[in-house]
Amino acid sequence: MHVLIRGAGVAGLAVAYELVQRGAAVTVADTASSLGAGASWCAGGMLAPYCERESAEEDVITLGKGAASWWDRVLPGIVNFKGTLVVAPPRNAFELKHFVARTTGYAAVSAEEIAALEPDLDGRFQAGLFFAEEAHLDPRAALEKLQVKLASKGVQFAFGPANETDHTCFDRVVDCTGMAAKTALPQLRGIRGEMLYLETPEITLSRPVRLIHPRFPVYIVPRGNGRFMVGATMIESDDEGPPSARSLVELLNAAYALHPAFAEARILELSSGVRPAFPDNLPRIVERGVTAYVNGLYRHGFLLAPALARQAAEVLYSNEEASFNEADRQRRTA
Amino acid sequence: MPLTVYNTELSSRLLLGTAQYPSPAIMAEAVKASAAGAVTVSLRREGARSGSGGDFWKLIQDLGVHVLPNTAGCHSVKEAITTAQMAREVFGTNWVKLEVIGHQDTLQPDVFGLVEAARILCEEGFAVFPYTTDDLVVAERLMEAGCEVLMPWCAPIGSAKGPLNSDALRAMRAHFPGTPLIVDAGLGRPSHAAMVMELGFDGVLLNTAVAKAGDPVRMAEAFANATDAGHTASKAGMLEPRDMAAPSTPLLGRALLS
Repeated sequence: MHVLIRGAGVAGLAVAYELVQRGAAVTVADTASSLGAGASWCAGGMLAPYCERESAEEDVITLGKGAASWWDRVLPGIVNFKGTLVVAPPRNAFELKHFVARTTGYAAVSAEEIAALEPDLDGRFQAGLFFAEEAHLDPRAALEKLQVKLASKGVQFAFGPANETDHTCFDRVVDCTGMAAKTALPQLRGIRGEMLYLETPEITLSRPVRLIHPRFPVYIVPRGNGRFMVGATMIESDDEGPPSARSLVELLNAAYALHPAFAEARILELSSGVRPAFPDNLPRIVERGVTAYVNGLYRHGFLLAPALARQAAEVLYSNEEASFNEADRQRRTA
Repeated sequence: MPLTVYNTELSSRLLLGTAQYPSPAIMAEAVKASAAGAVTVSLRREGARSGSGGDFWKLIQDLGVHVLPNTAGCHSVKEAITTAQMAREVFGTNWVKLEVIGHQDTLQPDVFGLVEAARILCEEGFAVFPYTTDDLVVAERLMEAGCEVLMPWCAPIGSAKGPLNSDALRAMRAHFPGTPLIVDAGLGRPSHAAMVMELGFDGVLLNTAVAKAGDPVRMAEAFANATDAGHTASKAGMLEPRDMAAPSTPLLGRALLS
């Protein structure tokens, strides 16, 4: 089977991997000039289904809990199996109770346990939550390494605007273009996210730390070499423009609240992206003729791409419906 | 008798916010379950650039409920007015829930800016629903500015504390007997909604208490029932508390020993 995959974000590359494993001849085309043009490049890379469940449906756990082992199998060494730490400033400590009302997979941790997990946070928080089963990865390194791996398995890559057209020599097309598929999938909407990279030698964290705040919940993900990704806003908007001053103030305030030494950190990068989502904020596979759309991964790209990619491959290799294709979803919600 | 605001009858005395839900699909279900008379939607952040929140706003319009755009997140008169004008274009309504935030920590309204913005917007033909405190003098100024509805807080936004000063709410009801009064902000539980409705308020507006509930759809239904119960009770005439016990069945034929 010859398959054209449109979109070289996390969804497109994960689908490419699953198809190539099943023996397909795959070409990945993206209208950008290289990797890194879409929302995936701005991702947090947290493989944190239990934390995400706080604001999402149970499917996020069902589909996401195998993600860390998928990434670890595909790109050995890329995943950090260190869990997630959730902390709240003393004033908002009761919010921890709220946070876990909708989820599982955590243990309450004391000030001493927080210090044992993250020595640099010693004395800063009295109570927190530890999600031991969760993991994280560096999304940019993951995308780059996955591209290299796919190329070594014979996947062709075609970058640039010229690759917009001509799918006639392929048996199937998988469209993973996110918001660019809006015309075909009118229910898609964009949720703008803004994030920044900080660098400081003064703080060391081993795992993503989520700071609970009733107004500005924020996470900080260590990327190694004193670099930290701070994210991310959630704004109902498909505006791709640069981050707003207010969003930066909120993100920086949160970083400062986690550790005052972040005040002296250098800002390496400010970025924004638009996450594609369906009205229920859950992903789906939509088949239209030769094309299967894999879209709506929302804020869960790296977490849900493995499961969606497997389902997409199954859809292409059988006529059976995957559990996330459109007909099935309509039946479930009927 | 239904609640009438700016010559419009609302089908319910519960008004629901549309922010912070796990997904727009759940938000839509919650609105349906609550049978809300109107929904509020914020535009400040989403629309800062040329109406880029269009997809979400379309979902709101598709709910088929009166839309009350708000100026949440505005800290100045100018911001609030620009946002109200944009809301009028986007939603084709002259309704606006006017918020001018004055205090970063408590999100208390800047009542001076609020009155000024209300005056300007009323003159421009807007139907202004001002988010205010329970201060009677400010309320009077808002009425003078042209507001026909008052929306006092009962506790800070999102605090879920419920009515902190029921005396002030009672005084407000007494001073503005003919003005629709809607408690906006601070409700945490259905019992809070029932409580302010029992005080004779005409409606409640809430968001976080439903959106952040474990099951927003069921909580929306609970708030609708409580709002209804409180309103019905206020019309039915409630007993005043008394210090002495009064048996509902007379104890005839028994000696009174005290």
